[in-house]
This record gives sequence, C-alpha cells and structure tokens, in this order.
Amino acid sequence: MAAALILTLFGIAMIYSAGLTDMPSAVSGAWRRQAVWLVIAAVAFGVTSRVPLRWLEWVAPWIYGLSLLTLLAVLVVGSGPGTSSWLKFGGFSFQPAELAKLATILMLARTLSGRAEPEPRLFRLWRPLLITFVPFVLVLAQPDLGSAVIFGVILMSALYWAGIPLFTIFMLVSPGVSLLLGWSATVWGIWFILVVLLLYVKRPYIPEAIAVGVGNLAAGAMATPLWNSLAPYQQNRLLVFLNPGIDPRGAGWHLIQSQVAIGSGGWLGQGFGHGPQKRLSFLPEQHTDFVFSVVGEELGFLGVVLVLAAFTWLLLRTVRIATAAGSDFGSLVTFSLFGVWFAHLVINIGMTVGLMPVTGLPLPFVSYGGTFLLMTFVGVALAARTAMES
Amino acid sequence: MRARRARGARTLLLGALALLVLSFFRLQVVGRAEYRLRSENNRLRAITIPAPRGAVYDRRGRLLAENVPGYSLSLLPGPPDSARATLDRLAPWLDLSGEEREELLVRYRQRPGSALLVRDDLAPSVVAALEERRPQFRLVVIETHPRRHYPSGESIGHLIGYVSEISEAELGQPEFAGYDPGRIVGKKGVERAYEAELGGTPGVHFVEVNARGSIVSEFGPRPSIPATPGSEVRLSIDLGLQELADSIFPDTLKGGVVALDPRNGEVLLLYSHPSFDPNLFVGGISSANWAVLRDDPGQPLLNRAMSALYPPGSTWKLVVATLGLRSGQATIDSHMPNSCGGALQYGNRSFRCWKRSGHGSLDMSGAIKESCNVFFYQLGLRLGLDRLLPGVDGLGFNRRTGIDIPGEVSGRFPPSREWYDRRFGPRGWTESVTLNLSIGQGETEQTPLRMAQFYAALATGLSPVVPHLRRSEVLETIREGWQTGLEEEQRRQLVDALRRVVNEPGGTAYTHRLSDWTLVGKTGTAQNPHGEPHSWFVGFAPAEDPRIVIAAVVENGHPDNTTSLAVPLAARLVRRYLTDEDVPAAPPSVPGPTVAAGGSP
Repeated sequence: MAAALILTLFGIAMIYSAGLTDMPSAVSGAWRRQAVWLVIAAVAFGVTSRVPLRWLEWVAPWIYGLSLLTLLAVLVVGSGPGTSSWLKFGGFSFQPAELAKLATILMLARTLSGRAEPEPRLFRLWRPLLITFVPFVLVLAQPDLGSAVIFGVILMSALYWAGIPLFTIFMLVSPGVSLLLGWSATVWGIWFILVVLLLYVKRPYIPEAIAVGVGNLAAGAMATPLWNSLAPYQQNRLLVFLNPGIDPRGAGWHLIQSQVAIGSGGWLGQGFGHGPQKRLSFLPEQHTDFVFSVVGEELGFLGVVLVLAAFTWLLLRTVRIATAAGSDFGSLVTFSLFGVWFAHLVINIGMTVGLMPVTGLPLPFVSYGGTFLLMTFVGVALAARTAMES
Repeated sequence: MRARRARGARTLLLGALALLVLSFFRLQVVGRAEYRLRSENNRLRAITIPAPRGAVYDRRGRLLAENVPGYSLSLLPGPPDSARATLDRLAPWLDLSGEEREELLVRYRQRPGSALLVRDDLAPSVVAALEERRPQFRLVVIETHPRRHYPSGESIGHLIGYVSEISEAELGQPEFAGYDPGRIVGKKGVERAYEAELGGTPGVHFVEVNARGSIVSEFGPRPSIPATPGSEVRLSIDLGLQELADSIFPDTLKGGVVALDPRNGEVLLLYSHPSFDPNLFVGGISSANWAVLRDDPGQPLLNRAMSALYPPGSTWKLVVATLGLRSGQATIDSHMPNSCGGALQYGNRSFRCWKRSGHGSLDMSGAIKESCNVFFYQLGLRLGLDRLLPGVDGLGFNRRTGIDIPGEVSGRFPPSREWYDRRFGPRGWTESVTLNLSIGQGETEQTPLRMAQFYAALATGLSPVVPHLRRSEVLETIREGWQTGLEEEQRRQLVDALRRVVNEPGGTAYTHRLSDWTLVGKTGTAQNPHGEPHSWFVGFAPAEDPRIVIAAVVENGHPDNTTSLAVPLAARLVRRYLTDEDVPAAPPSVPGPTVAAGGSP
C-alpha cells in the first residue's frame, strides 16, 4: 500500500514536469487533473477495501456484464484520437477498457476458483477462454491493440496461478506463437515441428491434439493476410520497433527521441524539471506513454533504478499476498493484478528504451490517465483486502 | 503448488527487471556522451555572426568604404492572417506592392517556424516611424546589422567595386574555400582584390530551438565563437583627385583617366565615365536599377581606364621614336628624306598628315612637338616591320600590366608578320600597314593604363613598377621585365620634346600648359570609324622630377580640329595633385608607418 502511494505521488510530480514544456500546451495543467483523480481513486480505494471478497465474487458477473455494455457503447458513441476508446462525461473521460480488465479479472477468478483439481484438459477451458475472448474482441475493435493484448495476459496469469498444467497452457498459446512466426515459412516450420514433437511426447487427448495442430496451421496461414490487413501506421510501428532509423521523422521519432532523452540523462539526470528534450517538445506523449523517458532524462540512471526498485517492491508484495491468500478467489484476483501490472510495466518501460514496440500502454501510477489510475487503485484495494482477509 | 508457481512468477519478474536495468545502463551510462551530444544537436542551431568588414582609406586617410548600421525588418512566425494584416499595414511605409506582398506570404507559409526577412535596408526615418507605432506591428522585428557604404559614390565606383552575397559559382572557387552561402563578399575592384583582408572571419552563435524549429533561447550550453573583424586597407588613390575628375569630366561624353606615381607604381587616380554608384549594389541591387545600368548605351559598368581599348593615335609616336633612337636608325635631330607637305605617297596610296598644309621639314623633336604624321610614316618604314613588331612586343604592349584589381584587358599589337598572314592571307596585305602602325592607328589598341605605364618608363628612365592601388608599404615592389632600352641622353631628349609639346608655342598642347610646373606629354587624336575622333593625352609632371604620370582618353573628344578635350582635363588634374601635395596630408587615423606626402617610399 505504501508503495502504491509513493509511486502515485511520484507520478504526479512527473506529470507536472512533463507539463513544463517551453510552449504552453494542454499538458501544463495535466498534473492538477491527475491530482483530482488521485483523490477520487483514494476514495474508491477506501470504499473497495471495505467490501468483503465474497460479496465481490457474487457480484462479479454483473460487473462483467456492465463492462461489456460499456465496451459496446464506446464502439458506438466513443471518441478518442483515431480510436473510439473514451466515453466523455462533461469534462472527464472514462475508458471502458480499463473497467473491462478488472471485470474480467473478477470473472475469471470466480470461474477458476473453488476447484479442487486443476483442469488439465484443454477443452474444458472453454469458459475462461470465452470470458476473456469477448472483451478482447471488443477492445480490439476500437481499435486498441495494446490493451487487447492485456486480456491475453490476464488469461495467462489466471490460468497459470490456477494451476493449469504448463503443457495445457502451451497448447493454448501455440497458435498465437504460430501467428507471430507465420511471416517466414522456414521459422514457422521449425516451430510447427516442435509443436508436433511435444504433442507426441505429452500425449494429450486426440481431439485436443488435432485442434492444436489445426490451430497452428490456421494461424500460420493467417499471418500474412493479417499483416496486410493492419493499418499502415500499425505496420509501421512494428517495423520501426525493429529499426527506428527507417522512419526517423514519423513512426521512429518517438523511439529515437525517447532514447536520446534517456541516454542524455547519464548517472544523475539533467535535473528535475529541466530535461531539455522534454522542455523543447522533442519528446512526444511525455505525460502519458513516454513519461518514463522524462524520468530517465531528468533523474538519470539513479532515478530509474529507484523507480524500478519501488515497482519491484510493489510487485513482489503482490505475489506474496497472492501466495498467502485465504481464499482461492482473492488469490487469483491478486495474482492476475500482478500479471497486469507487470505486463504494463515491462511493455511501457521497454517501449521507452526500444525493447518493445510502441503500443500506447501507460505506466501504472505514473502515467497521466484518470480511469487508469482509478482502476489501478481499485486493484490495489482488492489486493489489500485479500491481505486483510488472510 | 502456489509456492512453486510463485517462485516462477518471481523469477520472471526479476529476469525482466534485470533486462530493463541493463538496457537503461546501456543507454545512460555507456551511451551517455553520445546521447548528450545528440540531445544538444537536436536542439542547438548554429547562427552565423557576420564579421565587420575592414574599412578602405585613400592615401590621406580619407574614407572610401565604411560600415554603417543597416536596418532589416522581419516578420515573426504566426498565423497567416495576422501576417497578411501586418504586411498590409506596412505597405505604405515600405512601399510594398500587391505582388510583393503575395510573394512574401507564400514564402511565409512555406516556412512556418521561421522569421521572414521582408526588407533589408530601411531608412532610419521609417524605422523611427514604425517603432512609434509598435502596437500595430507586433509581428515585426527590426534588427540592425552592418551595411557597406561608399560615401563618395560614383566617383570611385569602378575602383572600389561593391559587395554582395556570394554566388553559387563563387562558392566552388578555391579562393572562397571555407566560405558559407549567404556570406557577403567583394565582387569587383578593391573589395574583391582584397577580400581576404577586408572580409574577416565570421563567428558562430548557438541558439536553442524547440521541435518546431522556433528559437527558444539565445543561450545554449555551447559558447559562441566571436567574429574576427576584417583588417582595413589603405589605398594610394587620392580621393580629392577622383572627385575632381568626376566633376570636370564632360557629362555627355565617355572616357577614362588614370594617374600613376612613376617612382613606385602607386595608382593615384582611376576614373571612368560614365560611372555608377556602388551603393546601389549593397544588399542586392534592385532589378529596376540593374536594368538601368545594364541597358544604358553609355555602359557605365565598363572601366574605360583599364578595361577598354582605344587606338592610341599620336601618343604612340613616342613608342616609335623610342625604337628609332635605340636602334640607331635616327637621332633626335635627324630629318626624314621627305618633308611634310600634308601627305606621303607610298605605293599607290596617299597617306595624309593631319595638317593639310604640311609641317615642312622637321627633326624628330619638332615632329613630336607638332605631331607630324609624315615624319613618323618614314621613321616607321625605316625601322621596318621586322624591327617594329618585335620591338613593340618587347616593350610589353601585348600583355596586361598586372594591376591589383580584376578586370584589366591587355592591349593588342600585331606580334609578327605571321599574324598578318593569318588575318588577311599571305597576299592580302603589304608593308603599307607599317605606316598606320607608326602613328598609332590600324591594328593597334591600348588601354590608358598601359600607355601611362610606358610614359612612366620614359619619365624615370627605369623599368616601370607594376601598378597597384594599395599603398606601397605593404606590397613588394615588382618591376616589369622590359626596359625602354634608351640611353639616358636619348631619354632626356625625348622628354625635352615632350616639354616642347606643352610649353612651346606651336606645340599641340600649348594652350593648356601649367604656370607653376612643367607639364610634359603628348596629345593624340585617334581616328574613329564610328564618329568623331577620340582625344588622348599622356604626360607627366614636373619634368625634372616626375611625380605623376597621367593618361586620359575622351571618346569623340575631338569635335573639331583644334579642341582636344583630354588635354585640359589632364592638365587640371595634374595641377590639383601637385598643389595638394604641398599641403601637409591629414594624419592617418590608424597607427602605422607615416609616409609624408611627396616623400619617397
């Protein structure tokens, strides 16, 4: 809990700094709005942590249903830059995708908990799959590829923690890998052979084996057409991730500027509030996606390490809570939260240094974003509640 | 089981973390210097600080070229509507036409982050008026920068040249290695010849820009490098003489005058009429002004003192006389077989003298004094082409003098018989060409500068110095390779003949003799197929210890058989120079070796 608060205050400071650009922009006042959201989030924290887990478990399907409705609504009346990700209510905007993430976590936890034996069979996993798949598709339709991916992470985390055998998970995931490798017949071929070998060794049920095989083939075949159906900017993002130099003024701009900003920070940074790249507007999205670049530029390596340490502490504590939790439900919820936060952390920070493609995922507690902060705090409340009930 | 999976999760967490820390380490610690540099490069722009140009002074320390503050007006970046409104408000003050405004707006829109230069040379009164009305002109910024100014304008146009922005072609030349586009360089005359000293070295000033290219701060992390000002140049030119020449040269006529100090080659006067005002070129000449200069049939941009060729006419007779004396073919008092009756018969043609009634029988000295053609026809024949052609060539007449400003043209004289063969065919010409050559007509043309230099050799008896506009102290004295070849006594005899031209009744320049000094020289009337003959005078003074050699040409300056406009022009200039020499020169405004006027270098 303490970690969460520290990180949030830090986050506000960073947003304030991000707002200190040389030319006034919409960002200058952002820190104030974030502070307001912090208050709301704190209130939500207080409320949620008083709710017994059992009650949440009971109410989960309703929350889930509500989130699906909002996801549908946003597809119809939503707004946002190039995507329909936000619902606006007089001055404040709300992201249904964030609500859906929490709802899915709750729903999955409810479904997977209370079993004595972890389910080894693939096909019996249809329910968790469906629960995850529906919001996944709805979010993907916005289109918000980054957030959609998180649903996959949620599913993986939940299944992992629920004790599903690793091989089963592997079978589930293999078509996804096929999709990624489908661009090269040779590479995919090697993968496919690997899959077949493992199938042979592990001997799952025949229908499942066939399903996996077919799934892999289909995914491999779909790879190229799927790539072609991506919008050029999305294609660009992935290509540029591999080599930022190919489009230094367009898609590669973010990454190059981020690296320059971070690198120029050195050991101790250029001073709080003083980062030149940020100040002169060379660093885009410096209050949202690329806020960590500001950290790197202004506070240097030392600052980076400290922030990462704070996050690590938070995440480790979360795992501990999940391990020691009294109920399966609470345990699953907490671990899923761990998964989500971990994924966000790795993807966002990885993006600023060029280890991950640019995806638009915010950094928990630090990036500007009201709904995100709110939902994250609710998550923290859930973890705290689980700890309380252990 | 949970514990096991928890371990797995922890391992994954710590692994990812290590990877991240490593990446940051790579960027921030290992790559620190490189990224710091890129960060600076991103946001620093180098702005050139122009170097102040060196001033140019005449021999007495009077200013020929200086830098004055110039005012330029630019529009700051902003919305195009405000720009349009501002330009409309500026139009009456700056005299901006509708098309100019449109063109400016197009350029303004093309570069949204930068300021747009509107006008480079605002009058101070306009600046004051605009500053009073500041609130109306928020987008306007007025800056000062040094501007070249030539106080004497037209009287020094040809010799001083002008400055303007360096051209594409010039950027490629080796003398401009290291020059950047946009730099102001000298284009002609002294400004060009001494560009290396006058130009100085520009400095650099680093400013911070933001991602849109707008200047954000004047002070970046890199220190500026100041500009090195150009050094000043002192010329041997006498500004008083230039201004006098400009005022007394007949307004409707064309021509050139050059004066040298025969002892050291210093150029005292270099004037051509009609002249142009070099101030028009500073900051870029307007197309209207350029059209006027270019289309003027008087060709004001032509430097007639050293870049135009004229048949030398009778002034050439001294060259023939020199060749005659030194080859022993004649002496100062020898007579020619035929006396002058107004014409000489050669072959089946009659070659006339200018005096119809003839001069009678003259010796060489008299022939020079009265400028008798018939005498010189015969002297030329006696020398023959085989002595005449190489002789003249040996006196350097087919080459440039090598004066230190660009644009000189070399004279023309047939170098050999083969030249005539090539020109007219082996049977297309006869020895009769010798006659015209002997009196400075025909296939011969020279610049006033070259004629002055020859007479300088006659004046001093020495091989003449290569003429230069810069004061001698800083230059090496370079002497020509040729000499007149005359014995001292022979030279004196020729000088005496020249004295008789000006100072004895009957001499062709008698009416314009000077009262206080002995001016000597030779008149010339060059026949001109297109109109009235050109008028020449080449001479020097004082005869005993010559300090100024002058050569003047007035095109069509011989309207009737008696008036020869070059002579009074030259005489007045010589008198002014010699008079002023006795007045102590003003102390030079810069520290340096002081040379008293009239003293030897």
